Amino acid sequence: MSKYDKLTKNAVGRIVPQIVNGKDAIPFLGVGKYKPTGHKYGPPIASLADYPEDGNKVVPSLKDALEKAGIKDGMTISTHHHFRNGDLVGNQIFDAAAELGIKNLTWLPSASFECHSPMIKYLENGVIHHIEGSMNGALGRFTSEGNMAGLGVLRSHGGRYQAIQDGDVHIDIAVIAAPTADCFGNATGDRGSAACGLLGFALADSQYADRVIVVTDNLVPFPCVPWQIQGNYVDFVVVMDKVGIPEKIISGTTEITKSPDRLLLAEMTAQFCKETGIVHDGFSFQAGAGGTALSIGIYFAEMLRQQGMKARFARGGSNKYLVKMLEEGLVDYILDGQTFDLDGVRSMRENPNHLNTSPFTSYNYHGKGNFAQFVDVVILGATEVDINFNANVVTHSDGYLLHGIGGWMNCLLSKCVILPIPLFRDRMPVIRDEVTTICGPGELIDVIVTERGIAINPLRTDLIEKMKGSSLPIKTIHQLKAEAEKICGKPQKARLTDEVVAVIKWVDGTVIDSVFRVEK
Amino acid sequence: MEFKTDKLAVVGNKGKGIRSDCQITLEITESGGIHLELNSKVESMYGASNRKFLMEILEFYEIQHANLLVEDSGALELVLAARLEAAIKLLIPTEKEYLSPMLLENQYGTAQDKNRFSRLYLPGNTPSLMINAGIHKPDGIILDLEDAVAHSKKYEARFLVRNALRNIDFYGAERMVRINQVPAGLHDLEFLVPQNVNLILVPKCESAGQIKLVNEKIGQLKLKYSISGNIWLMPIIESALGVLKSLEIAQSENVVALAIGLEDYTADLGTRRTQEGNESFFARSMVVNACKAAGIQAIDSVFSDVADMEALKKTVIRSKSIGFDGMGCIHPRQIKVIHENFAPDSAEIEKAKKIVIAFMDATAKGLGVVSLGTKMIDPPVVKRAQKLIDLAISMGKLPANWHEEFLSMEAARK
Repeated sequence: MSKYDKLTKNAVGRIVPQIVNGKDAIPFLGVGKYKPTGHKYGPPIASLADYPEDGNKVVPSLKDALEKAGIKDGMTISTHHHFRNGDLVGNQIFDAAAELGIKNLTWLPSASFECHSPMIKYLENGVIHHIEGSMNGALGRFTSEGNMAGLGVLRSHGGRYQAIQDGDVHIDIAVIAAPTADCFGNATGDRGSAACGLLGFALADSQYADRVIVVTDNLVPFPCVPWQIQGNYVDFVVVMDKVGIPEKIISGTTEITKSPDRLLLAEMTAQFCKETGIVHDGFSFQAGAGGTALSIGIYFAEMLRQQGMKARFARGGSNKYLVKMLEEGLVDYILDGQTFDLDGVRSMRENPNHLNTSPFTSYNYHGKGNFAQFVDVVILGATEVDINFNANVVTHSDGYLLHGIGGWMNCLLSKCVILPIPLFRDRMPVIRDEVTTICGPGELIDVIVTERGIAINPLRTDLIEKMKGSSLPIKTIHQLKAEAEKICGKPQKARLTDEVVAVIKWVDGTVIDSVFRVEK
Repeated sequence: MEFKTDKLAVVGNKGKGIRSDCQITLEITESGGIHLELNSKVESMYGASNRKFLMEILEFYEIQHANLLVEDSGALELVLAARLEAAIKLLIPTEKEYLSPMLLENQYGTAQDKNRFSRLYLPGNTPSLMINAGIHKPDGIILDLEDAVAHSKKYEARFLVRNALRNIDFYGAERMVRINQVPAGLHDLEFLVPQNVNLILVPKCESAGQIKLVNEKIGQLKLKYSISGNIWLMPIIESALGVLKSLEIAQSENVVALAIGLEDYTADLGTRRTQEGNESFFARSMVVNACKAAGIQAIDSVFSDVADMEALKKTVIRSKSIGFDGMGCIHPRQIKVIHENFAPDSAEIEKAKKIVIAFMDATAKGLGVVSLGTKMIDPPVVKRAQKLIDLAISMGKLPANWHEEFLSMEAARK
């Protein structure tokens, strides 16, 4: 099987394969253009008669569970990423698979982290064929240099739910690491020594996988409350000494930035939202995990406090700053997809207005709408943008794949999308003629805020009108690009080969771009 | 890269935490042509153009045989050029300067009585802190060749500061340099005067004689390079002797402000610097009085806890109340606090508005004397009020058409 075949040019002019790892793939047709038909994937029907009479599904080890689940060559095994860089379970799955002599597995994580770098040895020796999910850091470098046997597939959080729901990807075995669970398989993320908040990223896995294994280090007597994951979907429960390293479960970027340049970006972004009227009584917002995004939340809080207003809801990832807003009454609800720190975990456990959401409620494009549509403004990052407002979050300007998509792509459906980014990083201009990889089509990206000026997408005539006469430096994207190049010099394009090493799936499952092998 | 001898020039910085800089190791050889090894963080974007640029500089200095190792963390061309020129000049005697055309944006002069609320110190050998300094809108930036540069880096810092003055856009901030102590610092001026520097800070100043030396050196260089614009001076008073001599220093030619440096001053007194600042009250008052007597600005010492904005605010308020017109800063986050608290407050603005309106009334009526209520107002008071109003407008504290609003409100009240 060749990694890919039938290259074609898609609706944003990118060369993409129509066969990916032997399966058909549809090129991106434009936003909202691809209409799926048929029915969702249906997992096999189970019968209580096949499960232990007492409901106790505990088996002695992960290896036992995998064997009982019928692990074989070529299967797809899924994991979730809520222990972040403190995950102790992911690598053990493939250690066990290697011991059992299994080959050609597909790993379907909801995201990968630096702690998963040991997987490289399994990618090299054939235990793992390829990854569908995200390829961060060392795994990204490995992929970019053309070393993975199969083609990498990158999906957004919502895209992963869509792909599993639609049957684009079929999970043979889902392994759900859980901070707390009972012997029936009910599981929760909001308590236990490896508490990570919620397990929303494993929802689709539990619903659609043929076999589901819950792994925990905190087995409680039935019932485990709340049951974020329902034991009725679960085949086996494994108890381990330790499933995650608490200090690494917390996201690295939970403090507001001290960088004066980033604070300026945050301040300008907040000011923009104020002047355009985006910040109003009852508005809603979502900001990512980075230091700049966190700081914007603080500026929003200050504006709300001063003007006696409050936000209707904020979308998480939650952190202590957002929790403080909730507790201070500056926001009615946190609709949370992930908790970035222990204050977030605590609040989710204790505060009924701090609600857990999943990629299904928030991001799934093949549903009857989703929550992202309700968000007034979302603040996101990007590695590059181009003069057509297309943005990249997965590769760097040297062509290396280093990041996952996360919920970034799904958030583009919010009412206003703002990317606060430095005009250049060290000497690398962020605004290019063409982004290395398109992750978001320009028509969905409204505003680029840099420290030297703010560019509004010409499609957003309403925002342009509102900012007339503003004291903020409103410029065109071309002016910003020229300004960066005047300072840094005109950059060359990265030298890339024409060999595809990974594809980027749009929120509807179509292929929006390819990642090409870099020249070493 | 293998070098043949130990006659190497090593210039610049590399390693963890170093950004937008490079380290250059240069060896000039007898034969074998140029061997250039460039290890660059920005290879994919600027590898080819950097190689070409470095070769051009070697050619400019007529170097045909050399081993050149460049370890680059994203240095702009002006940085690469400064580093390579410094390395070359450590090895061969030459008067030639490799200069890129000066940015048009940097060709401005500054007024003697320009606002100087904030001036941001930038270490003279750290390019990463210079590049974005202007976006934080300080009234002035100080490229520091003195205390912020290690002794072993003094030589190379001059080239970097020279190139920064030419090729970094500071977005209208007054472009200042703190030279080394006189007399050693006089040599620094050769790198600065031809680059349209706006103001020179003279550290540890203790006499009018030192300022005279600086003025003479600047005069010679201006003549040599046919420069006509003003180069202002801001002596820094940092010792007991300096404090006592502050009036003669303040009255010296081209001096537009005195700054006070309290770290050195308190050391000189044999005391410690405290938050309350009782130990420096005399010195501060002395400097303020010397400045006001000479008709120039008084600038307060920096506040060193960059995380404590509340304490900074208190310090600024006290500083303003003593009579200071501005303050140094060592972190961009301090700028806003300094501006907001040196800026005219609402009571000052209200008073100034009344004076200016009274003046406009008097002018309209052809009266020679301005009066407010029963009080007569002197012309300098009117001038100061007008300046305060202009400042309030420029800081967004007052709309430009404030007097229309004022008059319509007055009318409504009647």
